[in-house]
Amino acid sequence: MNGATAAEGGVDRPPLWSAGWVKAWPIYPLLLLLCAFFLYPVLQILWLSFIDRAGDLSTENYVRAATTPVYLRTLGITLEISFWTTAYSLLAGYPVAYLLATARPRMRDFLTILVLMPFWTSFLVRTFAWMILLGRNGAVNKLLISMGVTDAPLPLIFNFTGTMIGMVHAMMPLAVMAMLSVMQRVDLTLVSAARTLGARGGSAFWQIFFRLSVPGVASAGLLVFISALGFFITPALLGGRQQTMISQVIISIIQEVLNWRFASALSVVLLAASAAMFLLYDRLLGISSLSGGAASDRGGSGRSGFVGRLGAALGARLVEALGWICDRAGQAWEMIFGVRADRPSAHLSRPALGIVSGLVIAFLCLPSFFVIPVSFTEGSFIEFPPKGFSLQWYQLYFGAPDWIAATLKSFLVAVLTGIAATTLGAAAAFVLVRQPIVGRGAILAVVLAPLVLPRIIIAVGLFYLFAKIGLVGTVAGLVIGHTILAAPYVVITVMAVLKTYDDRLDHAAWSLGASKWRTLIHITLPQIRGGLIASFLFAFITSFDELTISLFLTGGATSTLPRRMWNDLLLQVNPTLAAVSTVVLVFVTVFIIVAEVLRRRSVSS
Amino acid sequence: MDTHLSAAPSAKLSIRGVAKNYGLVSAIAEASLEMAEGEFLTLLGPSGSGKSTLLMIVAGLIQPTAGDVWIGGKLSTYAPPNKRDIGVVFQNYALFPHLTIAENIAFPLRMRGVSTAEAAKKVARALEIVQLPTVAGRLPKELSGGQQQRIALARCMVYEPSIILMDEPLGALDRKLRDHMQLEIKRLHKQLGITVLYVTHDQEEAMAMSDRICLMSHGRIEQIGSPHDLYYRPKTVFAADFLGDSNILDAKILEAGEDGALEIVGGSKIRAPIAAGMSGGAAAKLVLRPENLRVLDSAGTADNIVEGELSEVVFTGGMDRYFITLPGGVILSTKQFTDAAAVPPAVGSRVRIGWRRDQAVVLAAE
Repeated sequence: MNGATAAEGGVDRPPLWSAGWVKAWPIYPLLLLLCAFFLYPVLQILWLSFIDRAGDLSTENYVRAATTPVYLRTLGITLEISFWTTAYSLLAGYPVAYLLATARPRMRDFLTILVLMPFWTSFLVRTFAWMILLGRNGAVNKLLISMGVTDAPLPLIFNFTGTMIGMVHAMMPLAVMAMLSVMQRVDLTLVSAARTLGARGGSAFWQIFFRLSVPGVASAGLLVFISALGFFITPALLGGRQQTMISQVIISIIQEVLNWRFASALSVVLLAASAAMFLLYDRLLGISSLSGGAASDRGGSGRSGFVGRLGAALGARLVEALGWICDRAGQAWEMIFGVRADRPSAHLSRPALGIVSGLVIAFLCLPSFFVIPVSFTEGSFIEFPPKGFSLQWYQLYFGAPDWIAATLKSFLVAVLTGIAATTLGAAAAFVLVRQPIVGRGAILAVVLAPLVLPRIIIAVGLFYLFAKIGLVGTVAGLVIGHTILAAPYVVITVMAVLKTYDDRLDHAAWSLGASKWRTLIHITLPQIRGGLIASFLFAFITSFDELTISLFLTGGATSTLPRRMWNDLLLQVNPTLAAVSTVVLVFVTVFIIVAEVLRRRSVSS
Repeated sequence: MDTHLSAAPSAKLSIRGVAKNYGLVSAIAEASLEMAEGEFLTLLGPSGSGKSTLLMIVAGLIQPTAGDVWIGGKLSTYAPPNKRDIGVVFQNYALFPHLTIAENIAFPLRMRGVSTAEAAKKVARALEIVQLPTVAGRLPKELSGGQQQRIALARCMVYEPSIILMDEPLGALDRKLRDHMQLEIKRLHKQLGITVLYVTHDQEEAMAMSDRICLMSHGRIEQIGSPHDLYYRPKTVFAADFLGDSNILDAKILEAGEDGALEIVGGSKIRAPIAAGMSGGAAAKLVLRPENLRVLDSAGTADNIVEGELSEVVFTGGMDRYFITLPGGVILSTKQFTDAAAVPPAVGSRVRIGWRRDQAVVLAAE
C-alpha cells in the first residue's frame, strides 16, 4: 500500500524548494555578475582577437603580432622580467617564510604584519616611495656616496634594476605567504626525528624540511610569475624604455589608437602565457598541490610522467648535494670554533637566518615611510633629505577640488565595493562549503579566475562592454569592476572561516527552536564576524588602490584617486604626491587598525 | 675541568642533577637517574610533570640548564642529537611522508654511510622483526596507525643505538590496538635486549611494561622503583594517589614502630607499620587500597576493623564498589569481587570493614 503511494509520486516526492539547485540560490547573484561582467567580456576579447579590419574571421592580428619585432621583443621582456621577479622573490622570501614557520606564534604574528606591510600600503604610494629612494639624488645614492661606496650616483632607476626592486618588493609578500602556508603544515618533529636518526643539521633541513616545502615554493613561483606577467605600473614608473611590458603596450594601443582587435590579440597572448605556466606547473607537480593538503604528497597527478620522474630524481640529487655542502660547512665551523659535549656551543644557522630575514623584512616594510618626510618639504622638488618644514603641499592637496573629488570618489567606490563583494562573496561561500552542489569544482574555478587572470584583460574586456552600454566613467561601472576583482578574496576568506565553523552550533540552534534565518542571524553570522570584517577590509583596500580598471573606465573629472596620482606620476612628479601618499598611508593604516581592533573584540566576546 | 667528580658511569644512561628552566619557570627542578643495560624504564607522570622534557634532554633536542647526561659511558650533555647513540620513537611516529617505508628505515643507515647493499639487507631484516615484510615500497600514509608505529620502531632498531627513547608512542592508538602494541614492544624488548626509556601518562601502560617506573610530578622525581614497589610501597601521597585507587585518610601518629598505632578522624585506633622517624602526635596520612579492604561478616576478624554505614554500591562488572561512611564523615571505598548468586548488603545498613596490619601504608602529611 505504502509502496504504491510512493511510486505514484504524490506526498513522498520532495518539495521543489528542497531541490539542490534551488537551495543553492545564494550563489547565483555572484555567478550572474561573473557571467555578465567577467566571462562574457573576456570571451568577447577572445572573439575580437580573431576579427580583421574588414570584420571577417582571420588570424590577421596574431600574424601582425608575431611578425612585428617590437611586439615579440615586448613579450620576451615580459617573460624575462617575470622570471627574474619570481626567482628573486623565492630566493629572498624563502628564509623569511622559514623563519615565520619556525618562530613562536606571537613572534610569527608580529613578523607576518611586517611582511604584509607592502600588501596593505597602496601600490602607487609604494612605487612612488621607490622613486624617491632610487633617484639620482635619492636617499639610497646619497647614503652610498656619503659612505664612500661610490663617487657618482649609481643608475638605480628607469632601468632593469629599478624594475626588479619595485617588482620584487611588490611580489615577495605573496611568495612568502604562499610558501608559509605549506611550511606550516610541515611537521617540525620530522626534522627532529632526522636529527636523532643521525642526520646533521644541513641534511635534516634539505632532505626533510626543504623537500617537503617544495610544493609551497612551486605554488609561490606560479602565483608570482602569473601576477608579474600582467604588471605595468612598476615597469612604467621605475623602468626605462627597455623594460616595456606587454600590458603597457596593450594600454597604449587602446588609449592612443583604440585598436580593439589588436589589443585583444595581445591580451590573448598574455592569457596564453599564463595558461602555459599553469600547464607546466600541473605537469611537474599536479594542480592539486595548489589548493593545499598535498604538502606530504609525493606524487601529484602529473608526477608519473617522464618529465616529472626525471625532475624528481634530479631534485633528490640536488637536495642531497645541498645538504652535503651545508654539513661540510657546519663541520668546518665546528673545527674552527669547536663543539664539545660538556658545554653549549655557538650555532651558525639561527643567527644567520635572523640577519638575512631581518634585512629582507626591512626591505619590505621600510620604504613606504620615506614619503612622509618628503611631504613636508619647503622646496618645490622631491628631494631627500627634505628642505625645512612646511605644510604647503597639504594645503595644495586639500585646496584642490580635483584632488578632493578624486579622493571622495575612491572612498565611495571602495565602500560600495566592500559591501557588494562581501555580501555576494559570503553568500556564495556558504553554498560552496555547506551544500553538495553539482559542478562545485567548475564553479569555484570561475569564482576564483579573476584572481589569476591578468587584470589588464578584465579591464580591456569591461571597457569594451561598458563603452557600448554607457557605464564608462560611472560609479556603478567601477563598483562592478572592482567587485569582480575583490569577490574571490571574500569567497576564499569566508570559506576558510566556515570550514573551521562547528556546524553543531547551528544544529543546536535549530533543535532549540530557531528557524534557519534566525540561526543565521543570531548564531552563525556573529561567530564568523571576524572573517566578514576581514573580507570587507580586503575588498575595500582592493578597490581603493585599484588602477588597472580605473585607468580605462575613468579619466578627467571622473578620476579616482589612484588614477589622478598615476597622471602626476607619469607627467610631473611633485611633492603634492608625497602629501597625498602620506594621507593615503595614514588613512589605510588607521582603517586597518580599527578593523583589526573590531575583529579582535568580536572574536574575544 | 672537574672530571674527577663525574667519572664515566658504567650505566647505559646516567642523568645527573639535570635541571631545565624556561626563564623563571622551572620545567625540571633536579633529576638524577641511572639505567642498566637492557632495562625498560618508564617516566610516568601527569602532563606538565617534566617527563617529556627530560626525554628530549636525553635526545639532545632540548638543552638542559644544569647537570650532565651520559649515554653509553660518553658525556653527551650538549652533543647534537646526531652525535648521540640514541633512537627516538615520536608520539606521531614522525615517518618521513615523502619517503617509502624502506627509504624511511634506510635513512639512519644512509646518514651513517652504510653501503646500499648492506642497508637493504638490514632494512629487510628490520621489517621481518616487526612482522611487516611486504610494505617496503609503500608510503607511510598507506599504512594503518599500528603499522606506522611498527615501522617507527624498525627505523629506530635498525642501527642498534645504545638506548631507544619512546615519547608516548601509543598515545594516538585506540584501546585494543594499544594493548596489542604494548605486548609487541615488550616482545621486541626481550627478543633484542634493547634498553628502553619510555614516556607515558598512562599508569596501567607503565605498570604493564616497565622493569622500573620513574614517577614524576612538577618537574621532580617523586619515586623510582619497580611497579610493585610503587603500587604497594608509595613514598609520597602523590605516588599513592596517582597509581591506582587509594583511600587516603587524615590521621595522627600515636606510636611509631613496626607495630605502630595511629588514630583516624572519628577516633578509631588503627595498627600499622610506622617509620621510626615519625614521632607521636604528628599529623600523617593513612593509605589503604580499596581491593585490600574486606567486608566482614559478624564472626569475621582482622588486624584492623572499622564500622560504618554503607552509603552506596556501584556494580562495575567483575567488581562491586562499596562506599562506606565512617563516624566523623570519612568515606572509605572498597572493591569486592562480584558473584551472580551473592547479594550485596542493603544501602544504609551497618557494615564492618577489616584489613591486615601490613596492608596499610602510613605517610607523613605534606
